[in-house]
Amino acid sequence: MIEVRGLTKTYGSTKAVDDLTFSVKPGIVTGFLGPNGAGKSTTMRMILGLDTPTSGTALVEGVPYHQLKQPLRTVGALLDAKWVHPNRSAKAHLQWMAAANSLPMSRVDEVLRLVGLSEVAGKKAGGFSLGMSQRLGLAGALLGDPKVLLFDEPVNGLDPEGIVWIRKFMQSLAAEGRTVLVSSHLLSEMSLTAEHLIVIGRGRLIADVSVKDFVDRASDSSVRVRSPQLDALRGLLTAQGFAVHEDPGADHQPALLVAGARTDDVGALAGANGIVLHELASKQGSLEDAFMKLTGDDVQYHAQIAGQPAAQNMGGALR
Amino acid sequence: MSVLNAERIKLTSTKSPLWCSLIAVVVSVGFAAIMGVAYKSLVSSGDNSMGEFTVAYTQAGAAQFGAMLVMIMSALAVTTEYRFGVIRTTFQAIPRRTQVIGGKAALLAAIAAVLGLVIALASFFVAQATSGETLSMGSGDNARELFGIPIYYALLAVLAVGVGTLIRQSAGAISLLLLWPLVIESLATIIPKVGKYVGEFGPFNNVNYFLGNGGGFDFHWGPWGGLLYFAAFVAIVFGASLFVVNKRDA
Repeated sequence: MIEVRGLTKTYGSTKAVDDLTFSVKPGIVTGFLGPNGAGKSTTMRMILGLDTPTSGTALVEGVPYHQLKQPLRTVGALLDAKWVHPNRSAKAHLQWMAAANSLPMSRVDEVLRLVGLSEVAGKKAGGFSLGMSQRLGLAGALLGDPKVLLFDEPVNGLDPEGIVWIRKFMQSLAAEGRTVLVSSHLLSEMSLTAEHLIVIGRGRLIADVSVKDFVDRASDSSVRVRSPQLDALRGLLTAQGFAVHEDPGADHQPALLVAGARTDDVGALAGANGIVLHELASKQGSLEDAFMKLTGDDVQYHAQIAGQPAAQNMGGALR
Repeated sequence: MSVLNAERIKLTSTKSPLWCSLIAVVVSVGFAAIMGVAYKSLVSSGDNSMGEFTVAYTQAGAAQFGAMLVMIMSALAVTTEYRFGVIRTTFQAIPRRTQVIGGKAALLAAIAAVLGLVIALASFFVAQATSGETLSMGSGDNARELFGIPIYYALLAVLAVGVGTLIRQSAGAISLLLLWPLVIESLATIIPKVGKYVGEFGPFNNVNYFLGNGGGFDFHWGPWGGLLYFAAFVAIVFGASLFVVNKRDA
């Protein structure tokens, strides 16, 4: 269990984290979502006692982090896989961590086996690929068999195999009853990994919802339909009160897009009126679109799209 | 205890502390040998300008060169952690930062003291062998100048851990640690009027006075006072580093 209450962090006049309140429950993977620069890493560092909040509190299992006697036994974290001395072996890196919290040295070999690094345990960590470094970071997080786990952008830069492996790993950790908080700026990744979402933008809480609710709420569904009797179908749909417009699609075939409808409705209507259908498909708005809609005003740095002036928010961000 | 154990594993699992120690021994003792040879040839040619052969002569390499390497090794133990982000993992494992920095300083001071004792004794005997002179270990001044080296090294380790923690950057911390005694406290002493005070109140000049290299300044206390003065300077710098590391975001 992680409880964050009114957490605020200001750097000069910039509010990196602004009055954030949420809690992370055990047993599920909770996604911590927000665009780059939203304050995810800063929040995680404050939970881990690395940064001091300007105001507010962050509790882990009911106490502030610095009050934990042997923190690695309670909280495991992977904030940056490159936080390893490049000339130290993977095994020695885990050994000093284990020693620092009086963990048995046998745990080092156990976690190395768990993440599949036993073969390279004696090799210098500086020579590891990003995927191997992530595994080493994960081994460090798991060293004390902690109840609470924090991961900051764990799939960044990983190949598909690595992504699937980490995703399954986090889900199995949550299934064991642990509290798992995973940050990401990729909603599509989170929709596959997490059950619950905490969405922030510019340091403020935007949403604290289940992944399913978030996707349903944020994306509008529509139906694409193709038929040789398109005009007749259009008339029927419009009469039913649906908003209909042309959608030639990528294949440039005449088709209609029916907003806010389900395939069941359109299919039944066509069948009842004897209209032949060539295609009937539901179309969900992309998750990224949904995410942009929610965080649109909260993205700190808008890219300038060719031919358009920089977004107006830019001025706000730089003011 | 767990803090010291973790720091011990860190120090022994990379090669640079070992190399620093080895170079410190070889060059310091080598310098003692050269000092002995030079003294002998000078005396045999009838030149008496070096005066009587002293313990301070035998310890010149230890007090100058070996001391620098002890500071470099100790500063690096902190700054490389900042350089590679390891310090954050350290603070995650041990959130009470005073324990972390205190543990590092204690361990490095112990290692530096042992290293200092080895270098001091080896230099003492090697210089006697190459010079053909004999020195007594028993007299008060001789014993202080000889066994002062391990005390000096231990204090240097604490100082360097403090400066490394304050500066967090290898190049900056090492530059300051080396330039302070070499430039601020030696070059500045040649400035008229002001230089006299830099000489008398410079922490490194005071500890060198304790080690038998007074440099001709009029100190306001005895050699042991010089050591205490230096120790107070180290305590202030180290205390400041503890204060700052607890305040600062990691």
